[in-house]
Amino acid sequence: MTAWLAALPDALLVGVGGSLGALARYGVDVALDGGRSSTFAVNVVGSIALGALVTSAAPEQILTVAGAGFCGAFTTFSSFAVNVSEAAANGRYRLAAIDAAGTLVTALVGVGIGAGLAGL
Amino acid sequence: MTDRLVPLLVAVGGFVGAACRYAVGVAVPGPDAAGTLAVNVLGSFALAASVSVVRSRRFRYFLATGMLSSFTTYSTFAVQTASLGSAWGLANIGANYALGFAAALAGLRLGRRFA
Repeated sequence: MTAWLAALPDALLVGVGGSLGALARYGVDVALDGGRSSTFAVNVVGSIALGALVTSAAPEQILTVAGAGFCGAFTTFSSFAVNVSEAAANGRYRLAAIDAAGTLVTALVGVGIGAGLAGL
Repeated sequence: MTDRLVPLLVAVGGFVGAACRYAVGVAVPGPDAAGTLAVNVLGSFALAASVSVVRSRRFRYFLATGMLSSFTTYSTFAVQTASLGSAWGLANIGANYALGFAAALAGLRLGRRFA
């Protein structure tokens, strides 16, 4: 109970960052007409940003709002998993494989690029 | 034709989803990656199930675009994978991908049955 109460302010910080991250993702959806390319874009850009944040000397609360909150919510695993699964369920296995592997490789390279930029 | 309520629904859903993700991270024992795995699998199932079940456009913006998309995270998964080293990193990718896709497929099937 006390641990839960102590975690409450952090949960609120994550929520505030998360609401802004979700709004920004919705903005990208509108700009790119939603779908696969939009999910790919937010996941890669968000991974670069989070890679930079965790490498930077940002204070703990900034990491909570901008990292766990904003970047966490700006990127999405569920939409990505539904995109891949729908493609596979419709027999489009090549598309599913390209989306699954392409997002992974690009996001991991993105984390490295973000970390490199923050370390400059 | 623009629904001015949509950004608000997305933002409120995003608040709830991200805060719930944090709560799961606190509740799940073990390394941080275990909490991320839990939200990604759970959220993929729920989002997939909601795709064909939820008819209301506004409720979909709140639940799918806002809450369930923010509950799960790709960036945290990527950063944790990169920091885990090759063996545990590969295990983390395998777990998130295998369980996440299986959960999404199960959710899609379940959702279609109830649609």
